[in-house]
Amino acid sequence: MSSLPRIARALRRTVLQAIPTVIGIVILNFFLLQLAPGDAADAMAAEAGSATEETMAAMRERFGLNLPMLDQLLTYLNNLAHFSLGYSPRYSMPVSDLIGQRLPGTLTLMAMALAIALLIGLTLGSLMAAFAGRLPDRLISIFSLLFYSVPGFWIGLMLIVLFSVTLGWLPSGGSGTIGSDLSGWAGIVDKARYMVLPATSLALFYVAIYARLTRAAMLEVRNQDFVRTAYAKGLSPAVVTVKHILRNALIPITTMAGMHVGGMLGGAVVVETVYSWPGLGRLAFEAVMGRDYTVLLGILLLSSLLVILANAVVDILQTWLDPRIGEL
Amino acid sequence: MSTTDLNAPAIALAGARQGAARPEASALPEWHNVRAPDARTTLTAAVTVPPGRRELRIFFSNPNALFGVTFLSIMVLMSIFAPLISPGDPLNMVTTPFLWPGQDAAYPLGTDAMGRDVLAGIVHGSRISLFVGLAATALGLTVGVVVGAVAGYFGGWVDDVLVRIIEIFQTLPNFVLLVVLVAIAQPSALTVTVAIAIVSWPMVARLTRAEFRAIRAKDYVMAARSLGFGCARIIFTEILPNALPPLIVTASVMVASAILMESALSFMGLGDPNVVSWGSMIGSGRELVRTAWYLTALPGLAIVFTVLALNLIGDGLNDALNPRFSEERS
Repeated sequence: MSSLPRIARALRRTVLQAIPTVIGIVILNFFLLQLAPGDAADAMAAEAGSATEETMAAMRERFGLNLPMLDQLLTYLNNLAHFSLGYSPRYSMPVSDLIGQRLPGTLTLMAMALAIALLIGLTLGSLMAAFAGRLPDRLISIFSLLFYSVPGFWIGLMLIVLFSVTLGWLPSGGSGTIGSDLSGWAGIVDKARYMVLPATSLALFYVAIYARLTRAAMLEVRNQDFVRTAYAKGLSPAVVTVKHILRNALIPITTMAGMHVGGMLGGAVVVETVYSWPGLGRLAFEAVMGRDYTVLLGILLLSSLLVILANAVVDILQTWLDPRIGEL
Repeated sequence: MSTTDLNAPAIALAGARQGAARPEASALPEWHNVRAPDARTTLTAAVTVPPGRRELRIFFSNPNALFGVTFLSIMVLMSIFAPLISPGDPLNMVTTPFLWPGQDAAYPLGTDAMGRDVLAGIVHGSRISLFVGLAATALGLTVGVVVGAVAGYFGGWVDDVLVRIIEIFQTLPNFVLLVVLVAIAQPSALTVTVAIAIVSWPMVARLTRAEFRAIRAKDYVMAARSLGFGCARIIFTEILPNALPPLIVTASVMVASAILMESALSFMGLGDPNVVSWGSMIGSGRELVRTAWYLTALPGLAIVFTVLALNLIGDGLNDALNPRFSEERS
């Protein structure tokens, strides 16, 4: 009814809380950049292939690398305020453009993985809760623990062996058929075929978490009074499970899903290198290989901001889902 | 607190039996409702349970946890005796390349593209995985406990500052930060260990802080304070032992995730270049996954089973130390 002011209050609180964190992350980022071996002048001199002491000194002068650290920090902050993350000599383009190019790929991969993880995790968790303590529960619980223990990059390679090499059903890497100009439905199917394996490899770990979480939350909700009331009204067990138990068990799961954005970004780094998926993770890997620290720290900064954004979205979503949150 | 929870049913049974045998003893106050909190404390006051014994029994009666302990012990023994099991440098070329597992009895798990023994690699690789896993956990746990204890015990502005720092580290995506740290510090066993500790301490600190805040308000802490105990003594001898159960469970899961992180790093070529590790074996086998998939499958299985064993131990410890959750399970 009057949910709007409540949500506005939650939004204000979230933003106020995020500000010191953002400042802290930016400063940490700057010092990490300072710690990195070699500065931008070294990197550019290496790219150019020839540089004398004098040109290096001139370059440092020009980019302000010989200024005191505090001045450099101010310059860095000033650049950030203009959304400039620096310049990558390797790709000879600004880091923010480079990241902007790769971000959509990673975001779609993460969204797909999250969807898969939630779908399978909720299903398995509900099954486990329905058969709590019996054989299906034990079996699924062992499987979910197995998923939890498998490194994403390894299961990625094994899925390639099974589905691309042996069975030949799905492509082993890339993000679309090269040189094809498919559009509409055929284009979507083509994209999805390339996305299934990476998204599954990324999702498996989270399937396990959501399954266990759903199970625990459902068992907790199951014993509450309103569930007994629902049964007493004569509702069928299926309706009670889906509409009363699962729905209330969803709240802790949305919290966790928001917290997993950072973890998924990290997982994407590895999975993208396995499937040569053109995303942030692959860019991070290339930056590591080329010792391109400006790009690497740009990715770190941007992905932290992404995590803060995701947490804010979850906060707001929960305020909207559960009227009891944010009353005060 | 946890001891009373689990013992209550057993004592209730004993009480019921006594009541049936001596119905005339109703002059004594008899608690019919043993679930009432005061009844529980009176009933359990006389029962002394040696600390840790019951938890150990529950832990070792859990088949999953036993499997985990057994497998992990084998792995630890293997890593200790690696030079005896497969002497020589595992990075040396020993025979013809691309022997499949089972093709040559001398090399039961086959050889890779350079003619190196896969079994020797797995045996020696266990050293770096377990070392990094245990050392990073020990380091992360120490830092996390100290920070969390200080924040939770003192509160006030110290707490505010530390919570901010924890929050910053928790916002940075763990694995991305790990890659950045290792890339900047140049990969070696030591830097990988320290970097994993840096990304994993905030979780411990958060947990410790929450425990300390809850325990700080208890009567026995107040008693210790009124006796004039120093802060350090209260933190380490009064509060910490009571905050341990969740920390022990977390430690086993931390070792598992440290091993996973180390393997992912060395898979990406960010491991110690002079040591063979499971992740780097998968990384080098990756190019040949179409023809010789056993080169990636076998070291991967070693990772999966080691991590699974640790997670099973963590689950078993959780059941034994936090009975509240195990009641929900059964």
